[in-house]
Amino acid sequence: MCTLEKRGNLFILTFTGEDQHRFNPNLIGSLLSLLSQVKAEATRGSALITQAQGKFFSNGFDLDWAQAAGSEQGAAERLHHMVALFKPVTAALLSLPMPTVAAITGHAAAAGFLLALSHDYLIMRKDRGVLYMSEVDIALTIPDYFNALFREKIGDASVRRDLLLRGLKMKGDEAEKRGVVEAAYDGEAEVREASVRLAENLGKRKWNGEVYAEIRKGLYPQLSAILGLTHKAYTIARL
Amino acid sequence: MCSLEKRGNLFILILTGQNGEHRLNPNLFSSIISALSRAKTESTRGSALVTVSHGKFFCNGFDLDWVNAAGSDEETQQRFNLLLDYLKQLVLAFISLPMPTIAAVNGHAAAGGVVLALCHDYVLMRRHRSVLYMIDLDLGIKIPEPFMALFRAKIWGSARRDLLLRGLKIKGEEALKMGIVEAVYDGEEEVTNSGIEMADDLAKRNWHGEFYVEIRKGLYSELCDILGIASKAIATPKL
Repeated sequence: MCTLEKRGNLFILTFTGEDQHRFNPNLIGSLLSLLSQVKAEATRGSALITQAQGKFFSNGFDLDWAQAAGSEQGAAERLHHMVALFKPVTAALLSLPMPTVAAITGHAAAAGFLLALSHDYLIMRKDRGVLYMSEVDIALTIPDYFNALFREKIGDASVRRDLLLRGLKMKGDEAEKRGVVEAAYDGEAEVREASVRLAENLGKRKWNGEVYAEIRKGLYPQLSAILGLTHKAYTIARL
Repeated sequence: MCSLEKRGNLFILILTGQNGEHRLNPNLFSSIISALSRAKTESTRGSALVTVSHGKFFCNGFDLDWVNAAGSDEETQQRFNLLLDYLKQLVLAFISLPMPTIAAVNGHAAAGGVVLALCHDYVLMRRHRSVLYMIDLDLGIKIPEPFMALFRAKIWGSARRDLLLRGLKIKGEEALKMGIVEAVYDGEEEVTNSGIEMADDLAKRNWHGEFYVEIRKGLYSELCDILGIASKAIATPKL
């Protein structure tokens, strides 16, 4: 499951338990609801950290649940359903009125990697855990908003190719070097501490959350359009 | 104000006045746009333009004193909107200039000043005593199109986020690493002279301006679509 905790100005979203934190409709629903709560309680100086317990950040969609439909058609429908359900989660993160940090202490694959990449900053472990787009290996295609996110967040075409078309399992130090994550650290505690430090430093700037979200959306216009997020009309606050 | 000097094939645009901050107000904007118009009219094969400034600042953004001197809140907003319109015209003029362009950033550039620098094909910067600072987030001001499109055209990956969504004062070496600038130099004289030298080298290629500008527009197609100046195909009579 996932929980939300408030620590000073920080919102901390945690995937609890030692399982793979796979996204099924229940977990996706929880996530969406908690993100709504974060948005409602946002103030200047807020920041979000998303983290997980155990060996996984998240291993993506719950394919077991999809297959439990009993037929190939049923499984495909369930998978499509989850892809559609997950889109608002990406939209919520992209429009969240505060800086966001993903503290990646375990494997992040497919939709799990997507969730991480939907944050402004990614902090990862160097010694354990990989980023992995498994779709090419398990014969699934990549949804449009996944593609848009990768295209607009990862500037280097060869990195995008390696992640999406090559099924590369990218470890922390490579991810840091190639600009996929902000920083990588040895050890779970270091990642969590660094994430808190970063989130706190960003929070200290006391940015106007609405302005922050608008600028963020402007960085990723194709993704914003696919997610149905519009740019709000321009105004000045104070000069 | 600004002055335009012709030196052989080179146009040298010099920002002057406004207490050394070279802040953008209707006078300076008109002055620059006029100068660019003149350069366009007098351009030939092998022309090039370099923009230089002197002192502590390259350009410190909009003249907010002028904006705030307005009689009412409504007029303040109008003045600000006017400067935005001018800035848009400036971007248009630079993107349509039929010759290579270089900005020799001798000092600090903030907000509109960063936009001015990035309007050029190449940006050279001083290593020390010079920062690029998109102050907008810190002031709680959203960054409208087409300026976001200009940033998206020229800056990719996490550098985009770091320039626009992090309130960083980016020094020369950092700007170089982020791919925002081409090269860094010690000292104002060195960056100015290097700008002129680079302009000379590019001028020696003897490019046809009308082709150069169409290729430039094709490179920055999203920006040009938003500016309403999509590139057109021109066939050359001989190859």
